[in-house]
Amino acid sequence: MMHVVRIPGPLRSYTRGAAQVHASGDTLAELLAALERAHPGMRFRIIDEQDRIRPHIRIFVNTRETPTLAAPLAAGDEVHLICALSGG
Amino acid sequence: MSSTLWIGTRKGAFTLRPDPQRRQWRLSGPQFLGHIIHHVVQDPRAARHLVMAAKTGHLGPTIYTSADRGRHWQEAKTPPAFRKAREGETPRAVERNFWLSPAHASQPGLWYAGTAPAGLFRSEDHGQNWQPVSGFNDHAMHPKWAAGQRTPDGELLHSISVDPRDARHLYLAISVGGIFESLDGGADWAPLNEGVNADWLPDPTTAYGHDPHCLIVHPLQPDRLYHQNHCGIYRLDRPSRRWQRIGDNMPKKIGDIGFPVVADPREPDTLYVFPMDGSKVWPRTSIDGKPAVYRSRNGGRSWQRLDRGLPRKQAWFTVLRQAMCSDAASKLGLYFGTTHGEVWASTNGGDSWRCMARHLPEIYSVTHAS
Repeated sequence: MMHVVRIPGPLRSYTRGAAQVHASGDTLAELLAALERAHPGMRFRIIDEQDRIRPHIRIFVNTRETPTLAAPLAAGDEVHLICALSGG
Repeated sequence: MSSTLWIGTRKGAFTLRPDPQRRQWRLSGPQFLGHIIHHVVQDPRAARHLVMAAKTGHLGPTIYTSADRGRHWQEAKTPPAFRKAREGETPRAVERNFWLSPAHASQPGLWYAGTAPAGLFRSEDHGQNWQPVSGFNDHAMHPKWAAGQRTPDGELLHSISVDPRDARHLYLAISVGGIFESLDGGADWAPLNEGVNADWLPDPTTAYGHDPHCLIVHPLQPDRLYHQNHCGIYRLDRPSRRWQRIGDNMPKKIGDIGFPVVADPREPDTLYVFPMDGSKVWPRTSIDGKPAVYRSRNGGRSWQRLDRGLPRKQAWFTVLRQAMCSDAASKLGLYFGTTHGEVWASTNGGDSWRCMARHLPEIYSVTHAS
């Protein structure tokens, strides 16, 4: 299943500047694996080596925040990668 | 001599390049604006190669490498990462790549990296792919040596040092954790903290749990080690295992607290420190707002204050552990960067100082490249 993925500014160096890409997957984990194949290096910047979403990253499926990579994806779901900027 | 200073800051990397007399310096950058750059290190075995430890405030840590003296950079394909946690283990994830060290002269392309939480990693391909050093990271004592989150930033593994006579003889330091030594290329490790005072602990003479801030092995006399600790300045002459507190010879009103220690690469008895205020609540600034470098020319038996050219008052410098270095010029160049973004230089072994750059972001590292 193909999904639209919204890419935040700090990760666009991996997508050649694209703010939106497409990736397939029945779960968030599968979608992130597909993103990594297409854009090498991106996954580790947002998911740590224990498969946890990094502390200042949020992932939304449509308008719902998703805390784990096991979250299933349905046809038409849009995935938003969000960087939680704070401080100066 | 051709030289470049690489300045790693909280907001990117900068360079300072001098004219041949080292009078005028040209500031360039930033590169990787907005990235937190903890260390930029040139490969002494292949001068065109550089490795940079980077992250941003929200993205995970990574490594960049250059094969053309920093003109172009490439992200590591496999940055340092702990192995997957086994059942019952506390999962560990690299929060930052903090320290970079080239390995032995006989091991081209081999690098070591130190991380927070405390992990040791190695790359055999100039920093492109990194693997955990399981002899340290999975050592049975590791959970005690680096117990996790004892300091606000987590334990920092730093000062990875290689004996120039023996590629398998390694040292490293953990802040907080102590100094450790390996004689077999990193397969096994043992604490090396005898004589070091950990004055905040119930047992200040504990075997590990100390707070070394910076450790150096002298390149010409590798049996001579110095280290600046949270609790003093120390010297070790191998094969002894007992550190001597040479900071006791500093003026009492200055004390012997600080972050960096730098040796003259040609003179094993000559070293430099930048004392900071470790009184009361530990302001960690220059003492009384009067910054000064201190030099010893006799291995720490006596010290000389070096403040000509530095501000005389109301200058509250902090110089972090990677932010002071030397070059190898006949008139020794010394350089330090401050947490409020100034770079200072001396081209006469510390006798006088000039400010070369102001208004940079908070400086984490200053390293010299030929």
